[in-house]
Formats: sequence, structure tokens, C-alpha cells
Amino acid sequence: MLNRLFWKKREFSVTYQFGFATIALICFFALYAPISTLVFYSFNAGNNLMLWEGFSFQWYVEASKNELVQEAAIRSLIIAVCASLISTLVATMAALGTTRTAPFKGQKLIFIMINQPLMVPEIVTAVALLIFFAIIKTFTNYYGLGYLITAHAAFCVPFAYLPIKARLDGMDLSMETAAGDLYATPFVVFRRITLPLLWPGILAGAMLSFVISLDDVIITEFVKTAGQDTLPTYMLGQLRRVITPEINAISSVLLAVSLVVVTIFFLFTRKRY
Amino acid sequence: MSKTKKDAIAIHVNGVGKYFGSEPNLVKALDNVSIDIRRNEFFTLLGPSGCGKTTLLRLIAGFESPTFGQMLLDNQDITNLPPYHRSVNTVFQSYALFPHLTVAENISFGLEMLKKPKHEISATVDEMLALVHMEELKHRRTDQISGGQQQRVALARALAPKPDVLLLDEPLSALDYKLRRGMQIELKRLQLETGITFIFVTHDQEEALTMSDRIAVMSNGHILQVGTPNEIYYNPQERFVADFIGESNFIEAEVVSVTKGRSATASLRLAGTRKTFKANMPASKSKDKTATVFIRPEHAKLQKSTRGATLTGTLTNMLFFGTDTNYHLELDNGDAFVVRSQNEIGHAFHPAIGDKLGVVIDEQAIQVLKD
Ligand SMILES: Nc1ncnc2c1ncn2[C@@H]1O[C@H](COP(=O)(O)OP(=O)(O)OP(=O)(O)O)[C@@H](O)[C@H]1O
Ligand SMILES: [Mg+2]
Repeated sequence: MLNRLFWKKREFSVTYQFGFATIALICFFALYAPISTLVFYSFNAGNNLMLWEGFSFQWYVEASKNELVQEAAIRSLIIAVCASLISTLVATMAALGTTRTAPFKGQKLIFIMINQPLMVPEIVTAVALLIFFAIIKTFTNYYGLGYLITAHAAFCVPFAYLPIKARLDGMDLSMETAAGDLYATPFVVFRRITLPLLWPGILAGAMLSFVISLDDVIITEFVKTAGQDTLPTYMLGQLRRVITPEINAISSVLLAVSLVVVTIFFLFTRKRY
Repeated sequence: MSKTKKDAIAIHVNGVGKYFGSEPNLVKALDNVSIDIRRNEFFTLLGPSGCGKTTLLRLIAGFESPTFGQMLLDNQDITNLPPYHRSVNTVFQSYALFPHLTVAENISFGLEMLKKPKHEISATVDEMLALVHMEELKHRRTDQISGGQQQRVALARALAPKPDVLLLDEPLSALDYKLRRGMQIELKRLQLETGITFIFVTHDQEEALTMSDRIAVMSNGHILQVGTPNEIYYNPQERFVADFIGESNFIEAEVVSVTKGRSATASLRLAGTRKTFKANMPASKSKDKTATVFIRPEHAKLQKSTRGATLTGTLTNMLFFGTDTNYHLELDNGDAFVVRSQNEIGHAFHPAIGDKLGVVIDEQAIQVLKD
């Protein structure tokens, strides 16, 4: 029934089989039902998470007036922007180094080393960073945001690396060869050909690491010093006290920011070449 | 251009080899290749897939450096010169247009890199667009034009800086027959108008014969023979060349005697027949007792009676090509032989399969091969 409804004209498609549409719908439901509920209750007029007492923007106003939330939000943004810039730069250089050269010994090893942080349990990285930064702190007496930015930049590198590498892999080397053939020196080839073609990949890497940094809890929780809460760690702290729909409101805003980032990314990369 | 300048050597390739990989998997893409390509020449590299044509072009363009050997461009050693310092441009097999630039920007790229003045760039771009008939699509992005149009842009882009040498790597292979024919004529016209040396790669022998001033036939990283289309077609030195270009018959012949003169001449007896023929004998074969003889199918004549025929055989197949018909025969000694003859209106000769027929071969049509 549903199949007929959705894929009337694609008779030879493998998706034209019994149950495909139903399963797809169940998946979408499982993905979006909790999020919809969360967003829905952020507009609750009462202070209960499960009891609907009418529509209001009360919790958004409340959250935006909360100084702790304001500070955490600003801190989150600063860290995410800095971390994504640094990690994207590093990842771009790493991706160029691992794809734009003739195959060399140890190339696989480097590739694995760049991506290894994705496999290491985050809690392990967090503890390691905690200890490492503790040592540095005793030597330098510096207690600023630098640690959080460094930590975020570090774990964002593999996330930024993957889309950039994917883009480079799909980019024929013959374009750069052709530019060299037309009297462009290697630096000019990079600036006029490689970089413009790589741009969507770099942008994707930056956005991805921005979003990853924005919602990180575990590493931030371990690395931060007192009074360095980001939005997610602030919310985590709130869970230990009374929960009000303020949490829903903050979450909804975070969700909106992520959606905006993703949308911008799609708009930027819509031109396909 | 003066006569001496025209005959001057543009590219001199001297004992060049290119090896890829190392011992167990060593690939000798080119092995000890030497050629001289003259200025303002339409020079074609012809050979089967994997014989090293692209590798040779890449060495001349400077994308790769040779394992050994030396290359000169206008008497200047370019063996280790990077590609951006060589007055050589390439039309790539895959076109390799810049997808983020427009047609005009693609064409002007090389000129900008050479730091030409703005007005000169725009004048040259317009000139090139007119040359390849692409004026209307000037501001189109290159991923929004057809394959044939992309090919013409690639050509214009490589021609715009007016290089000394233009390399073309199977630029027509992606086009349909009609467009391909048109482009062949246009390429030839461009070469004559611009006076640029063209080095053209193809594995299409017909294309090579119609367009080239000279052809180099390659096989397995070696150059087997260099010559005009006429020489390559009528006087192939080796079996591979004869076989690769056009259709051929190969017949074993018995060497009756060799007379030494300025060039050695041999008396030959074909495939167990009695009549002897005279033919030029390659120096390397003067002591051999047998030789392989090569005959083009269109140089043999078919006749109804076996009397007075050079060879006799049974008709096994007939293939109709419109202008011509190919008659496949099984000779009396079991060898296959093909005769190609032009179809004429009112021709009374209509043999049937299974008929016993005679083949007449002129002495001039017989050529002894080196191998
Ligand atoms: N980078 C490389 N590494 C290893 N082997 C290579 C490399 N480039 C080419 N070869 C090998 O060298 C030989 C010649 O290749 P080349 O590309 O010059 O052939 P080609 O004559 O252009 O063939 P085609 O008509 O198919 O384009 C082939 O056997 C190929 O496999
Ligand atoms: Mg090739």
C-alpha cells in the first residue's frame, strides 16, 4: 500500500519491495519523535517537562536572561569557532600531504594516525588531557580558555580531515597538471586551482568540527577549570538540580544553530563540480 | 617561415627510457626511444593501448622525468625543466578543463600565467573562440557544455599561449564519427594556420593516415618505424607495423637466390608455387632461406580461372563494405588470403562460396618483411 503511494513510477527500483516504506517511516519516527517532543515542551507555559500547560516563550526569555547561560553560550561559541578554524587548517594541510604527493612509505600509517582519535574512547582522551594539562598548568600558571580550545581543536582534526580528504580523492590530479602545463608555478596552481576546487570540502570540514565542538561534553567536563562551563556542561550541571523546560529551550536553540550551519553548508556547496 | 627553419628539429628525443616500479614489478613503459620531430610538423604516435604513447607525451610535457636519456626542445636541453618553463602545451585525453572557471577564463589561464597585458589577453581569447567556433558559449561554465564543445575549449586553451609544440593525447576519441571527422579537418587547418608543431596520439590507424605528415608506430615501449603515411602503408618494415595499419596478407616465401647490388634483391617463390618474383631484400635477411612476404588485399586481383594465376584457392567468405568487397580464400596450402576489390556497376564477376578461384599478384605488390 505505502509502497504504491510513495514509489508509484519506479517499478524496477530495488526499493520497490514489500515493507521498505514502512521500515523507513519507523526509522524516521525513531529519529525525530524525541527531538520533536523536546522542542514541543520548550514552549510549555508550566514548569513541568511532561505536563502541557499552554503555549509560551517563557523559558526562552528565562534562559536568555540567565547570566550563566549567556556566559556559557559565548564561551561555547568562542571555543567552537577557534577550534574549528585551527583544526580545519591542520586537517587541510594533512589532507594535502596525504593525497597530493606520489605514494610514499608510511602513508597508510599517517592516515591511520590522523584518524585514530576517532577510535580511542573519548573518556580516555579526556583523562589523558586532564593529566597532561594539569602538568602544564603547574608550570605556566595559565588557566585560560586556551586549554579547552586546544583540546577541542585536537579532537576535531579527524572530523575536519575526512570531508577534505574525500574531496581531494575525488579531485582529478589532471587539473593541477593542466595548470602546470599552462605555465602556473606550484604555488599559483594551489591558489588558483586546488584551493577553489577544495573549498566545499574545507567548508564541510569546518562546519562539521564546529558542530562537534559545540556539543562536546566529556572532554570539556574534564579539561575545564571552575567557571569555564560551556552550554552542554552547564546543562549537565542543571540535571543534578531541578529540571525545568529551560533545558528544552537551550537544547532547541542549539538544535537551531546546528540546522542553520547545515543549511549554510548546503547552500555553499550546491554548485556541483 | 624559411625553408631551413621549417626543416629544423623541434623536439629531439635521444635514447630515452621510462621505467615504473622496481624489480619484480618493473614496467618498461618506454625503452631506449629516439626520435626527431621537425618544426611545424603534424607528427603522430600510433600504437595499441599500453604501448607508451601517453608516457612519451608526459615526458615531453615535463610531467614526468625520464629514467635515462635526454630531450631537447629547439636545441635546448629540457630533460629536467619543469613543465611551467617549457613552451609546450597539452590537450589532455580527459580534457582536464577547470570546472570552476568559464570557457573564456579557461582559455585565458595560460596567457595570464605568462603575464601578458590585459588587452592582448582578451584579443587572443576572442581569436581562439572564433578559431574553434565557440563565441556564443564564452561565459558558460565548462561543466555546462557538451563533450565535443569541451574538447574544442581544451584545444583553444592549449593553443592560446602559442606554444612551440602542442601535444594532443587522443583528443578525438570521445567524439562520435561525424564530429570526429569535422574535428580532424579543423585540427589539420589549425596546424597549418598556426605553424605550431603538433604531436598527436591516436590508436586509430585511419586517423593517423589521413592527418599526419609523419607517423611513428609504437609497440611495447619501442618505436618500430617512422615514416610518412605512404611509407608506413606501402612499405612497412615489420610484421607488426603491416598488421597494425590496414589489412594485410602474410605469406611464407622461399628465397631462391639473392643478388647483391646497391640494395639486395631476392628471387622468391611464394607458398609452394612455381613462379618466382623479384623483391627488395632487407639487409638483415640476406642470408636467410625463407622470408615472410606481405601483400595488401587491394593489391591482389581475383579471377575466375585458376590458369595463369599466382595463387589458387577456394572462396570461404565474402564481406560487403559498400565501395569494396573482401573475398576470403583458403589457399591450396591451407593458408588464408584476403583479396579486396572495388565494387563496380554491371560487374559480371559473381563468385559463390566454395568456388575455386585464382589470385593474380603483381611483382610490385610484394614486400619482404624484416621479421
Ligand atoms: N604511473 C605508472 N606506474 C606504473 N606503470 C605505468 C604508469 N604509467 C603508465 N604505466 C604503464 O606503462 C605502459 C605504457 O602506458 P601509457 O599510458 O604510456 O600507454 P598508452 O600507449 O598511452 O596507452 P593507451 O592507448 O591505453 O592510452 C603501460 O603498460 C602502463 O601500464
Ligand atoms: Mg594513453
